[in-house]
Amino acid sequence: MQMIPLFVAIPLGAAFFIPMVARKRPRVADTLANLTTLALLLMAISVIGKNGVYWMGGWGPLKHIPLGIDLVLDGVSVFMLITITLISFLVTIYSIQYMDKFTAKARFYALFLLMVAGMNGVALTGDLFNLYVFLEIASIASYALVAFGCEHEELEASFKYLVLGSVGSTLILFGVAMTYAVTGSLNMAQVSAMIGGDLKPIHLFIVALFISGFGLKAALVPFHAWLPDAHPSAPAPISAMLSGVLIKTIGVYAMARVMFNVVGMTPLISYVLMVLGTISMIVGVLLAMGQDDIKRFLAYSSISQVGYVVLAMGIGTRFAIAAGLFHLINHAVFKSLLFLNSGAIEYATGTRDLNKMGGLREKMPVTGTTSFIGSMAIAGIPPFSGFWSKLFIILAAIQAQRYGFATWAAAVSVLTLAAFMRLQRRAFFGEPREASQTAKEVPGTMQASMIGLAVLCIVMGFLWLPQARDTFLMPAARVLQEGLNYASNILGM
Amino acid sequence: MLYALCFLLFMVGLYGVLVKRNLIKIIISLIIMESAVNVFIVMIGYRKNGIAPILNKTMEHQEFIRRTVDPLPQALVLTAIVIGLGVTAMTIAIAMRLYERYGTYDIQEIKRLKG
Repeated sequence: MQMIPLFVAIPLGAAFFIPMVARKRPRVADTLANLTTLALLLMAISVIGKNGVYWMGGWGPLKHIPLGIDLVLDGVSVFMLITITLISFLVTIYSIQYMDKFTAKARFYALFLLMVAGMNGVALTGDLFNLYVFLEIASIASYALVAFGCEHEELEASFKYLVLGSVGSTLILFGVAMTYAVTGSLNMAQVSAMIGGDLKPIHLFIVALFISGFGLKAALVPFHAWLPDAHPSAPAPISAMLSGVLIKTIGVYAMARVMFNVVGMTPLISYVLMVLGTISMIVGVLLAMGQDDIKRFLAYSSISQVGYVVLAMGIGTRFAIAAGLFHLINHAVFKSLLFLNSGAIEYATGTRDLNKMGGLREKMPVTGTTSFIGSMAIAGIPPFSGFWSKLFIILAAIQAQRYGFATWAAAVSVLTLAAFMRLQRRAFFGEPREASQTAKEVPGTMQASMIGLAVLCIVMGFLWLPQARDTFLMPAARVLQEGLNYASNILGM
Repeated sequence: MLYALCFLLFMVGLYGVLVKRNLIKIIISLIIMESAVNVFIVMIGYRKNGIAPILNKTMEHQEFIRRTVDPLPQALVLTAIVIGLGVTAMTIAIAMRLYERYGTYDIQEIKRLKG
């Protein structure tokens, strides 16, 4: 599998190349960035259903003991690669015209691709320290992107994000160092073979460090304070990437990988994850209810939806994990769509305040319709994708006899519906207010990207059909659920 | 004992990040936290009376393995320091821009975002 390192190398190379050749020519930067993300998407589609291990520099394992760093392509990695590259491709299309109002477009693409490189690396790596390095690459790029406008709010949000993000990274690094101190290895497979699901107090301390570190990155509820500031302040395409993909890759995915495949799931960890997920779900949606800023509203709703995914991971049956991953990719699609819609509204009206909008449906038909589809999908109305994934999470909770958690999940889904009906009514229906009088529909590429995502919102529901499920979702769920078999798969023991 | 001190240093940094109001003091606290982790990583590889992990031709392999310090944490700590440097530079750049905009380093006065 010589192709695996290219997932990191191509965006990393393009991130250096674009500002060099295209600093003064924004159209060249657009073309190069879109070609890069398109190439990544095609590569990710071409590896569906494949497995492989790539040993950096050819340093393969010797008698089942790993010597070098490995990149691992398995069901979950493929799943995450598809999510990352799909959203980043649609977001770069949107950026072509949206980012025209900013200067330094080449630098924007450079940071953007750096973030994509970091996330692809996190999805692929099989080494704990390497995970930390890629995670930091993605995080540093995202700190800079949040501050991209360099105005009061952006800088303030970025500083808050940076401080809490660095605390999270430091906790993760501490966890990685403790793991090395205890087991003498950093390779995930070898560590997993050594710990083998037998957790002593020192291992539980490592688990606590990882849960709080990754929890900070995923903005689970006691650790969520930075997200409602950071995500709205960034430019709309970046908000879409941060909420849609970044918190899931470096937060939820990394946590799930470490918990399931490296330390091994125990009833205690699984209970902690379920409780964290449920609290995030409830608090996120309640805080979202009172927001007047459209992007802030969406940011709180992200906290709530990520709670669903973590709850499903905590339940830990194969059905639950598959449902959780299904919700993860669905949420990536509709939350990016909604953030791009909010960007379109800001582009057309110059405000994000729901009190100043109204009646935008007639002025901006494409934005209005796609946003309606996105809202219905996130609120869980059939036939849209969000309905199926939420239904399966609730069914999985019932099947695992977690009735309390299932009830909460159902209740939060109703609250989400109420919250998004309020958004739709105030922004798109009713009488136009001052800001929406002069609103016009946004330019072509922005529309194209939103329409693409809206179509995906409908089509993604079919991912649960047996054919698609068995090639895409189930292999991913199987890798996580089989947990410690990971070691023998990688090292060939 | 040393490990406990290292953990204490980490906690000092965490306390500073959570309690201090001045941007610069928060940044210093972050650096203290990072250093605590870096010191911890270096200590993992330490061995009493250890030798540098370079193998000469004259030395027995068994003797070398018994006495040398673990080189891997040293490689890790270099990487961690470089990453820490990048993050610190980024933090300071944003803090400077914040000072230009708000004219203060006090986070209690930098609060346009709420809710």
